[in-house]
Amino acid sequence: MHRTAKTIAAFSLAFAGAALADPVEDTLVIEGGDGETIEIVTSAPAPAHLADVMDTIYSGWLYREDETRDLQRDDFDNPGMLYVDRGLDLWNSAIGKGGESCAGCHQGPETMAGLRAVTPRVDAKTGALMTVENYIDACVTQRMGLESWNWTGNEMKDMLALISMQSRGMAVNVAIDGAAAPFWEKGKELYYTRFGQLEMSCASCHEDNQGKFIRADHLSQGQINGFPTYRLKDAGILSAQQRFVGCVRDTRAETFKPNSDEFKALELFVASRGNGLSVEGVAVRH
Amino acid sequence: MTRQPCLVAALSLSLAVPALAETAPKDVIFDGGKVEASLTGAPGDPANGVKVMTTNALGNCVACHTIAALPDVQFPGDIAPPLDGVASRWSEAELRGIVANAKMTFDGSFMPAFYKTEGFIRPGGGYTGKAPEGDLPPILTGQQIEDVVAYLLTLKE
Ligand code: HEC
Ligand code: HEC
Ligand code: HEC
Repeated sequence: MHRTAKTIAAFSLAFAGAALADPVEDTLVIEGGDGETIEIVTSAPAPAHLADVMDTIYSGWLYREDETRDLQRDDFDNPGMLYVDRGLDLWNSAIGKGGESCAGCHQGPETMAGLRAVTPRVDAKTGALMTVENYIDACVTQRMGLESWNWTGNEMKDMLALISMQSRGMAVNVAIDGAAAPFWEKGKELYYTRFGQLEMSCASCHEDNQGKFIRADHLSQGQINGFPTYRLKDAGILSAQQRFVGCVRDTRAETFKPNSDEFKALELFVASRGNGLSVEGVAVRH
Repeated sequence: MTRQPCLVAALSLSLAVPALAETAPKDVIFDGGKVEASLTGAPGDPANGVKVMTTNALGNCVACHTIAALPDVQFPGDIAPPLDGVASRWSEAELRGIVANAKMTFDGSFMPAFYKTEGFIRPGGGYTGKAPEGDLPPILTGQQIEDVVAYLLTLKE
């Protein structure tokens, strides 16, 4: 008796706290295109390096309205799948100077499973920090003899969507130590720098004020496990670094460019804040 | 007869260029967080203050603050304290200082400095994402700050 009453009190207290500022309580199980279901981890204990600033990490999915969240529960409703399909066509096309295709060297796209969960990462051979886009670019330019694809153009993002999908449901697990450490430190410094005439850092919005509303926008933790994301406002998919451009611009700052050293380091740091959440493949956000 | 058009011309000239009389952002004198002197010498217009506070491209104070006296504002943010009764908590000089540069009152505040032009890291030209062309203007003009302060002074407990 006594215990039940206590439990209820504790529960309603926690609930009141949650109602004030927090992500919704919901779970994401996706109906895939071919009938399989994929469970997505949308909240997890914070990785050790965040122990001082938060206990739990949450996917941006939990901060969106019901209708937006629902679009991600079924691949038939997820507008991002269109881009994945386009990516698959491109994968199979003989677009190289010598008629090469991605499929010709890599077989099916499922050979890319796991890559999205561990990038950005430092390439063991070159020591360079590599995003998925950097790997794609290396093959496009060095192995297919083509000009670089526009970093935020259709081909690059369709391919990014296709490759990310192969890791859907896997836990984000980027390395932050060893060769990655200097990049990660640089990303961390950028994350806490108050840029622009509004003097705001990523942390000002996504750490200090997550869960609150900035005008009509419910501030999430700014995680990138869902990227690339189909954004309803843009009616298109965008990469993590494209999102960074928008957020930095909103501080009345001069932004960095996608694929700049700065944004690559920042992508590694932000990705590491989501270690333990699932890769969502192509998420849907408003 | 000849004098009248001249007067009119002089008057409309002074109306068109109030900026000349404004204290430049770098010349504003802070006493702690307080700014005693008006930035323009002209009285503030509270109605225009409301416009500045609720327009995205201007002050957009409602991105962070709620104001019960302005129930028509859609989806105000809840990041910062409600501004109701603010004139009972702060003097005019304190409010002018908070709006001009809140960091002088609240160390490290999340609230942007609306009348400041120096000391930023990678400032952009407005919301273009590009470096500013020419000198960086403050987010609000001195007169807009005075208008906002005039409105805040009506928010008594
Ligand atoms: C001529 C052969 C060839 C072609 C064509 C080719 N690749 Fe590659 N790709 C490679 C090789 C070789 C590697 C490096 C494998 C390694 O280092 O372990 C690689 C690596 C990659 C990686 C990194 C995978 C990993 O796990 O590290 C990605 C992503 C990738 N390719 C994508 C593509 C895409 C997308 C296309 C088509 C647009 C493509 N590749 C076309 C040969 C090719
Ligand atoms: C002025 C406030 C503000 C600042 C500063 C800011 N953001 Fe954001 N950010 C937002 C808002 C608002 C959204 C949309 C709602 C949401 O998902 O949080 C957003 C969304 C995002 C998202 C998408 C999350 C998702 O699940 O779709 C990412 C990633 C992100 N921000 C990263 C960053 C990074 C990195 C920085 C610093 C370079 C930054 N933001 C700075 C306001 C800000
Ligand atoms: C991005 C968020 C943000 C914006 C935009 C913003 N403020 Fe603030 N404001 C704050 C925060 C946060 C505080 C609380 C002080 C602190 O902790 O830094 C505050 C405090 C204040 C206070 C003191 C309130 C009190 O009761 O102590 C006043 C007055 C004020 N703001 C006025 C304004 C006006 C006027 C504007 C627009 C011209 C504005 N603010 C825009 C975040 C903001």
